Amino acid sequence: MSKKTYIQAITDALRLELGSDEKTLVFGEDVGKNGGVFRATDGLQAEFGEDRVFDTPLAESGIGGLSIGLALEGFRPIPEIQFLGFIFETLDSIAGQMSRERFRTGGTRHMPITIRSPYGGGTHTPEMHADSLEGYLAQIPGLRVVTPSNPYDAKGLLISSIRNNDPVFFLENLKLYRSMKADIPDEAYTVPLDKANVVREGTDISLIAYSAQVNQSLKVAEKLEKEGISVEVVDLRTLSPLDEETILKSVQKTGRAVAIQEAQRQAGIAANVASLIAEKGALYLSAPVGRVYAPDTVYPFGLAEDDWLPAEDEIEAKTREILNY
Amino acid sequence: MDNEKPIVDFGAIRDALGKDFEPVQVMDGQAKVIKPEIVSKYSNEQLVEFFKLMLWERTLHQRSNALTRQGRLGFYAPTEGQEASEMGSNSAMKKTDVLMPAYRDIPQLIQHGLPVYKAFLWSRGHVLGNEYPEDFHAMPPQIIIGAQYVQAAGVALGIKKNGTEDKVAYTYTGDGGTSQGDFYEGMNFAGAFQAPAVFIVQNNGYAISVPRRKQTAAKTLAQKAVAAGIPSVQVDGMDFLAVYEVTKAAREYAAAGNGPVMIETLTYRFGPHTNAGDDPKRYRTKDEEQPWFDNDPLIRYRKYLTDQGVWSEDQENEYIEQVKEDIKAAVKQADEAPKQKMTEFLGNVFEEQPQNIQQQITEFQAKESK
Repeated sequence: MSKKTYIQAITDALRLELGSDEKTLVFGEDVGKNGGVFRATDGLQAEFGEDRVFDTPLAESGIGGLSIGLALEGFRPIPEIQFLGFIFETLDSIAGQMSRERFRTGGTRHMPITIRSPYGGGTHTPEMHADSLEGYLAQIPGLRVVTPSNPYDAKGLLISSIRNNDPVFFLENLKLYRSMKADIPDEAYTVPLDKANVVREGTDISLIAYSAQVNQSLKVAEKLEKEGISVEVVDLRTLSPLDEETILKSVQKTGRAVAIQEAQRQAGIAANVASLIAEKGALYLSAPVGRVYAPDTVYPFGLAEDDWLPAEDEIEAKTREILNY
Repeated sequence: MDNEKPIVDFGAIRDALGKDFEPVQVMDGQAKVIKPEIVSKYSNEQLVEFFKLMLWERTLHQRSNALTRQGRLGFYAPTEGQEASEMGSNSAMKKTDVLMPAYRDIPQLIQHGLPVYKAFLWSRGHVLGNEYPEDFHAMPPQIIIGAQYVQAAGVALGIKKNGTEDKVAYTYTGDGGTSQGDFYEGMNFAGAFQAPAVFIVQNNGYAISVPRRKQTAAKTLAQKAVAAGIPSVQVDGMDFLAVYEVTKAAREYAAAGNGPVMIETLTYRFGPHTNAGDDPKRYRTKDEEQPWFDNDPLIRYRKYLTDQGVWSEDQENEYIEQVKEDIKAAVKQADEAPKQKMTEFLGNVFEEQPQNIQQQITEFQAKESK
């Protein structure tokens, strides 16, 4: 066991998988000598050589296409898209190509690609560096969208993603990179894909969240506990496809739910959670499903971002509203 | 001060761009041999075999056209006029090379090893047409213009990393495809990694209705490779031997570890873009088309062979009949493909089924067992 930050846990996972599977390749913009703009790949080129860990020309669609071609030649690519806001340049590679290959080849070809990308607000980045675009990705058949909320899951989910034979979009929360530390095992371990995690058990209401919002939800749960309110917190971990069983089981137990996301309201993950509950768990409910989200504007980078991002007090207010409905 | 010469003469620079690209030709439009040293490399038997490839493609086109009209094929992009460009380039490659085709490259895919009935199934939208054995080195036809170029760069880098000798990735696009970002990114990546890729641009004059001259201010498409630091060439795309020799040289250069190459073939799409309603009369004239029809790659090659006394009308008719029989058998085999099931589609989305897929498989199993 060692104390590791969220980003150190990610580096740890990459190092272990580079070491155990010679077909893994880590590449992207500035990931080589520089070790990535956030140092997620720090030291990996020195340890594994330029053949396994390398810089690419600055072109995201090229990185996506490169990953597909390398997968066809038997490699297990782990490309980095420097910021999630840059995926529009490579959306064809992701949505139009790699996620479809197993289907369009009738299962005769597969794409064991894990795309890593940082996202999420609150760190005062420039425009297009903090947007939560997971809602777009979640509509792509054949693609898993995974995001950890803590260092333990970061390492275990990344190892599972790399070992999986289908494409995974692995979202790393920028604000969590260095703000969280935890004791995690030094050796390789996996955290299952497609499984949500009940991170705190409760009986009165379910807060269903992911990534940084899990930690905000836990703080709300602790606060309300002092008033005798028992809050359950579910960490989705895999955003698409959803772990429907865990969500529905939690709502069946508590009878009340709030779905929380950092992204703007329209067509997001929280909407998927709410519609799932409406479709398959409506009779468990004693109140409508609440939702916490950001306004339906583009991300206002810079000075106004803290006003835009869903805050802990918004989660608390919505939780109380649904409890008192 | 008005007469002062600017520090840079941009006009002169512009006028010089693309001047280095003279189309390579072995046999001209009148079947006159320009490069006898190339022609003499091949026996008459070999030269006849080359011609048969073009005749095969022409016959496949004619039958595919007819089958599409009868509703027996689905999506079909006519290849008439491009036989020298497609067969000349493809036959210079090896079966172990990786082909990344677009939707007009079905003839190359078949000659690379795809059974005709599978090509027909692809046309109809049956997934069996895309189920390739592991030792068939190709991807199904690409629909998104240019996407195969970035993927070919990846395949080529993979070949290099695996240390596989005498193997290249090769890919096709059209003149319209050279305007895509992926076209540049693919060539630039392959160049930066010095990966063994052969990029082929079939300049057939049109991107559906938009003529080549409206795609770019560049004089040639071949010169677009210059910016990526990779060598390129323009070749008479109606001249089988020229395309074949150029592609063979490109393949050898790339396979020897010198990095990628780009080839622009100058050809013409005789027919419409696809058989789904495109009408070339809307955007081009007979006056423009006729010289190209006269420049048919089969005409000049056939003339050369008959002048040599190694090819006759009887031989041609006999061969066409044989190809038609093969196509007939392929249609029959395609007709025998089982009806596709939603449960099978669902089963090929992921290797390990998540809950939504499991649930939907169960739902459709119930429907399908009725």
